[in-house]
Formats: sequence, C-alpha cells, structure tokens
Amino acid sequence: MSLTNERIKQRLVEKFGEQVSAFSEPYGMLTFEAPKELNLKVLNFLYDDDELKFRFLTDLQAVHYPDNKGRELAVVYHLHNLVDNVRIRFKVFSDVNTPDVYTATGLFSGANWMERETYDFFGVNFVGHPNLKRILNVDEMDYFPMRKEFPLEDQTRVDKDDEMFGRG
Amino acid sequence: MGRPVSYNVNVKPLEKDISIAGMPDGHQGEGFFATKLNDVVGLARKNSIWPLPFATSCCGIEFMATMGSHYDLARFGSERVGFSPRQCDLLMVMGTIAKKMGPVVKQVYLQMAEPRWVIAVGACASSGGIFDTYSVLQGIDQVVPVDVYVPGCPPRPEAIIDGVMRIQDLIGKESLRRRNGDRYKQLLESYGIQ
Repeated sequence: MSLTNERIKQRLVEKFGEQVSAFSEPYGMLTFEAPKELNLKVLNFLYDDDELKFRFLTDLQAVHYPDNKGRELAVVYHLHNLVDNVRIRFKVFSDVNTPDVYTATGLFSGANWMERETYDFFGVNFVGHPNLKRILNVDEMDYFPMRKEFPLEDQTRVDKDDEMFGRG
Repeated sequence: MGRPVSYNVNVKPLEKDISIAGMPDGHQGEGFFATKLNDVVGLARKNSIWPLPFATSCCGIEFMATMGSHYDLARFGSERVGFSPRQCDLLMVMGTIAKKMGPVVKQVYLQMAEPRWVIAVGACASSGGIFDTYSVLQGIDQVVPVDVYVPGCPPRPEAIIDGVMRIQDLIGKESLRRRNGDRYKQLLESYGIQ
C-alpha cells in the first residue's frame, strides 16, 4: 500500500502534535510548516521513520514575504520519498532581522550548495554550515538581491549614458 | 514559381584573381617607392589581425557564422583565430558578461600584448543589453577600454564584419606613437591598468 498524504500528516501530528501546522495540498502535494527551531527534528523524523522514508532533498530555497511581519523569510524544503515516489514540501518561517536557521548539511550533503545559494540570494544564515559564503554572485556584493526590498525600475531614468560606463 | 529564398542572380564579375591591399600614399619613381613607416606598419597590421573570440552567448553563434565560409572573415586577413591572448591583437567580446566574469575579461585583456584592440559585439557586451540587473556588467567598457561597438541583439554577421572593418580603419590610421603617449597612458590608468 502506497503512502498517502493523510498517512504522512497523521504520522507527523502523532510525533509533533500542535507544532506542525498549516497543512495544505496545493496540486496534490502535501505542504506544512513548523517552527524554525524544529526544522532538523522534523527533517530527521521524516528521514529516519521506517514508513515515511523521505531520504532525498530535491530542493531547498527561500521566499521573501515582506508584508508578513516577524516571519518574512520562508525556507522551503522539497523532500522526496524515492521508495513510494511521494513528494512533500516543508516550510519554516523566520524573522528577516534574525534569519538564523539550522543547517541541513548534516543530514543531506546536497544541502551544502543549496544553502549557500539561499544565503547568497536571501541572506538566510544557516547555523552550522561548513562553508557559508556566496556561491553565484560576486564576493564583493553587500546585499541580498532576491529580497523584495528594492524599488522597481524608474522608467524615466537617464543614467544609461557615458557616465555609467566609466567615461563621464 | 518563386522561391522564398532565391539565389543571387546578379552575377558579379571577378575583377581580379587576387585582390591586393591598396598602396599607401607616397612618392615613387623608377625602382623606388617612398612612404611613411606609419602607413606601411598600419597596412601590415590591419590586414593580419589575429582575433581572440571571447564568446559567451548568442553573439558568439553569429561570430561562428562570420568565421564560416559563407561570410568568411578570412577575406579580411583575420582567419587565424588565436585562442591564446598572448598571440592575439583583437579581443572580440561577444555576449553577456556577468559581473563575476568581469575580472576574467580584464585578465584576458592584460595578457594581450600591445598593440591590442577590443571590439564589443552585441547589445550585452556594449551596454548590458536587456540584462539591466544586479548580476550583469553594464557594458565591458567598465573594465576594459573598447575601440568599436557593434550594435544588434545579436548582430548579423554583416554587422560583425563591418565592426572588424572599422577596427581595420582604426589600426591602419593609428600613429605608431599612440601607445606611448600620455593620453593612452591616462586611458589605461582610468581603468586601473599600469
């Protein structure tokens, strides 16, 4: 018998009770969230449990919700059970001023570069990451470009002239 | 029936079997020809440019067509594409240069020996093009001095050939003293090149 979303939810609630919340199934994919302090406990449980067996980290990234005060940054884990071919989505939310989330590199080696990318673009500080530095952008960059805190392009600007090209 | 792509029916008669670069201005009489060293060196340089292709995206594909037999950059003495910057005269930057790639372009430029020229092919290399974003260099002239800009997204091979011909004009007319002059030194210093 294959693993159903209801069964996964039941196992999680049995183990974590009220702390796992916001269950939904957009397009049939089970999605839920937990407090960020619990992210490793939940990931470990999903990994070790003989029934759940979510042992493959498909993707890890962040989303910035600037209007969601106190929980602006969401770190999203996409997990895959390769035995039953079931995927789930797991989110933890963090304040943008203290974006500290425990690293998943101890559990999934593949999280190393994904967490570096997430740090690079969103500034999520993965506590315990072995090599948390920028991976795609230039090292001198002093901001996190994918955060929604930059104004959209001013359509009347005139700055694409010689001065912008070092010849002003 | 007409064909959507027709052959060129206007046959251009062959004027000469071998075309030879024109003679520079000078004095000649029986058995001698006198001209400026500048012109002779310029003539030699401009008809033997060794390009260094620095192709990062679609403009590079157009450059491959330019090098092919149909457009044939070899007609301009540039068939010898060098892949070592130390041998080449003309750096052809074709394609989007991300900010992370900027130091690489500069290093390639520094490895080239004087005299060296740079041509920015396409909108991205010239100005960043459509990639007006945090990760893309807004024109390679922020890191290296550029002699000729070729517009287009991507430019057709004809446009690239036109750019190379303009480089040839620049090379042919360049003074032999230019690279030792103060103005040239100032230009390089403005890019932080000693």
